[in-house]
Amino acid sequence: MENILHIIPEIFIFCSALILLILGLFIKNIKLINNLAILSLLIAVALVINQPYQSIYLNSYVIDEFSSLFKIMIFIGSIVTLVMFVSSREDLHINLYEFPILILLSTLGMMVMVSANDLLAMFIGLELQSLSLYVLAALNRNSLLSSEAGIKYFILGALSSGLLLFGISYIYGFSGNTNFNLIAVNYNSESLGLLIGIVFVLAGLAFKVSAVPFHMWTPDVYQGAPTPITAFFALAPKIAAMGLLVRFLFNSFGELYLDWQQIIFFISIASMILAAFAAIAQTNIKRLMAYSSIGHIGYALIGVACVSSEGLRSLLIYLMIYLVMNVSVFTVILSLKRNDAYFENISDLSGMYKNHPFATILVALMMFSLAGIPPLAGFFGKFYIFVAALESNMVFLAVVGIIASVISAFYYLRIVKIMYFDEPKEEFDGLNIRSLQVLFYPSSFLVILFFSYPAPIIQLSEYAIKSFY
Amino acid sequence: MNELPILSILILLPIVGIFFMTLIRNNNDQSSNNLKHTALWISFLNFLISLYLLFSFNQQDADFQFEERYFWIEYGISYHLGVDGISILFIVLTTMLVPICILASYDSIKFSVKEYLIAFLALETFMIGVFCSLDLVLFYLFFEGGLIPMFLIIGIWGGERRVYSTFKFFLYTLAGSVFMLLAIIYIFITAGTTDVSYLLDYNFTRNEQIVLWLAFFASFMVKIPMWPFHTWLPDAHVEAPTAGSVILAGVLLKMAGYGFIRFSIGFFPEASELFAPLIFTLSIVAIIVTSLIALVQEDMKKLIAYSSVAHMGFVTLGIFTFTVQGIEGSVIQMISHGIVSAALFLCVGVVYDRLHTREISRYGGLVSKMPMYAFTFMIFILASLGLPGTSGFVGEFLVLLSIFSINTYFAVFATTGVVLAATYSLWLYRRMIFGALIKDDLSEMLDLTRREIIIFVPLITLTIFIGIYPKPVIDIIEPSTKKIVSQVNGKLN
Repeated sequence: MENILHIIPEIFIFCSALILLILGLFIKNIKLINNLAILSLLIAVALVINQPYQSIYLNSYVIDEFSSLFKIMIFIGSIVTLVMFVSSREDLHINLYEFPILILLSTLGMMVMVSANDLLAMFIGLELQSLSLYVLAALNRNSLLSSEAGIKYFILGALSSGLLLFGISYIYGFSGNTNFNLIAVNYNSESLGLLIGIVFVLAGLAFKVSAVPFHMWTPDVYQGAPTPITAFFALAPKIAAMGLLVRFLFNSFGELYLDWQQIIFFISIASMILAAFAAIAQTNIKRLMAYSSIGHIGYALIGVACVSSEGLRSLLIYLMIYLVMNVSVFTVILSLKRNDAYFENISDLSGMYKNHPFATILVALMMFSLAGIPPLAGFFGKFYIFVAALESNMVFLAVVGIIASVISAFYYLRIVKIMYFDEPKEEFDGLNIRSLQVLFYPSSFLVILFFSYPAPIIQLSEYAIKSFY
Repeated sequence: MNELPILSILILLPIVGIFFMTLIRNNNDQSSNNLKHTALWISFLNFLISLYLLFSFNQQDADFQFEERYFWIEYGISYHLGVDGISILFIVLTTMLVPICILASYDSIKFSVKEYLIAFLALETFMIGVFCSLDLVLFYLFFEGGLIPMFLIIGIWGGERRVYSTFKFFLYTLAGSVFMLLAIIYIFITAGTTDVSYLLDYNFTRNEQIVLWLAFFASFMVKIPMWPFHTWLPDAHVEAPTAGSVILAGVLLKMAGYGFIRFSIGFFPEASELFAPLIFTLSIVAIIVTSLIALVQEDMKKLIAYSSVAHMGFVTLGIFTFTVQGIEGSVIQMISHGIVSAALFLCVGVVYDRLHTREISRYGGLVSKMPMYAFTFMIFILASLGLPGTSGFVGEFLVLLSIFSINTYFAVFATTGVVLAATYSLWLYRRMIFGALIKDDLSEMLDLTRREIIIFVPLITLTIFIGIYPKPVIDIIEPSTKKIVSQVNGKLN
């Protein structure tokens, strides 16, 4: 029996979720519950940082540099969501104390995902995360769109879990193990069954990171879910699923990479190209961000497809930059409120710069950053991805990525065009809510000033890939 | 050595200015005047610093000077700045044109003055950065970063079809440049660094050179622009505000010419030699075709825009002769075109501010109402067609001389371009300035104001000075050009 203290951050999050659940029954102050949830996440950050690196529970659960970095990114995503919740809970009709608790439980699931080194632990983490997300997507019970989003996400999510489980059973059947490292030792590389297993597990995981062709849920769920939840979707679960994907592929099938590399290769190209074209026609900003996130996942997957330390490093850099950019953009989306009603049509942004000159220039720069224009952070994300791709001789992938980035520049520019070049509409409330400013300005400045001192992010990612190389 | 990081100061000063300007409120005329003065003084201060740079520059030394190198992203990609005899002139050109642009927009920009000035100062930072970065990634950062403020300048303060034009400008340039990014990354991987001074001594294999050269070419040919990818330029010029056109013609096009000299022939001499006939052909076609197109233009700005394409054709001709004369001629042609075309766009701006039309047929007989304007316009029209005694002549003459030593046919065709330039320029001048003043709305036209005279005086002085006595300019360019040519020849043999 190993010491339970090895997973103290997970236990801490779990306990605080339970305590807050009970507290919520007696205390009607939702803001207090929310703040306590934020506090427990902050404490969990400290706990994760001070955790010793080891592999525990018969090597089914790994705490290393890689998982710690991912956990911290997930915490940031969760904290951002909870801060967004404060400002919008009443107007969005999601003023329920379950919100922070579900976020905590989902965060717990994601922590298990990124640390899992065993097919079963991976599945448990994934399900805990997904079940909380199904509820969160449908949290606004009065909205048809939100319910639709929840149901849609649930049905497709259940299907993908089924595929995943099917794949897991194949892998277990043909290698006789569920532990990633033991699979790597024991499989028979000739067997077709193992390959089927990998394909099915990858299909399930591609659904979670919303890569083409398993992306269909993303636009609808992004649009239907209340905005803080959409932000959460964009920030945390994708990053966690990406961490899981990397560990699953690299730890168990690192030797077999020629087989799965082409799958990643394909879904990466498909995601980049589909997102670049599909986003052009969008009129709803949340749908547009859904396609944008599909495209970004496509770029991040280039990093996985490289199967090299540079590839993983670029993946981590990309995900960190992606996280910060999305924080900024979703805060802005959450601030689009006119006469107490939220609006999501891109055309409603027109002439924004007349009323909010400073915020608008930052939003415009975020758009340029998402499009990958230097000197903003998004450029460096893409730069490292392409460095890794060319280093692994994946010229085709790099060229497709470059072309897709030019096409996608068009729809990001369209937002800038609407904000700056079109006739102004009625003024909207904008970013005068303090809790949103706290998120918006720091994240925007991080993106803009990234070029002046990029070393910390790069060193951090180099540190984190020590788990693999 | 000079301890002061003067190039970094040049790059950062506009940013500091932006920071101060964000603190100034913009709610009435008084404060918007304050903003204009702040921007003007900051850009003027930058000009003075660049003059100091020019005078403390060692003309005998062909190497990079005022070098600064700091750790930036990782090993091999550093923050490396430096100037040689070629880039220093572009820096001075940039810092000179920016205050002129700001001065020229004093009255013509009516709304969102603060954002406009901030965009201009940001653009200045990027432009200076392009010319003094000695690291390819840093260069790309500045080269592409300049798109953002220019996109906004055309899109917000431009004319009627501004959205179409600015999108076209942005996407054309971006599409060309991304291939250069891949090439830069490839260089980083194979050579292990993107440091320019190291790469100038590095030998790429022939096949590598061909691919990389084409990738760089894709970017520069769109930017300079060469026929047939020049169509964004007339659109962008027509819709941009006057100052935007000035910067576009005066500096942004030169980035590509500078890139050709520094990178294309510096890194890939074999490929450059291989593709030189292609460049010559495209340049000759550009010179003749765009000159003919310029002849039939109804819009003044479009006419000057097409003439820019033709003039840049001479630049590319000169660069790819790999002779000292040719490259010197190209640099002088670029500097001269930077001054003259900028001034021509300012001249258009002067009458546009008064009559709000750029149609040539709406004007006529301006000489009787605006004698000073007619004189100024004449000088720049003559400089644009390359009259001896103006700066336009020196560059064109050197380029023609060098191309003649390479291939007579190309020289003959290129000379045709000079004749055509005279045709469309003089015809434009005749239609606008001469003739009887019969149109009613022209009778109220006022001559140049004091502000406009202040704008034009330095430009006229420089045009004539370089035309009559180009030696100081050539002295600055020559050592570095000789070094480049000897390096190229050394690699080729």
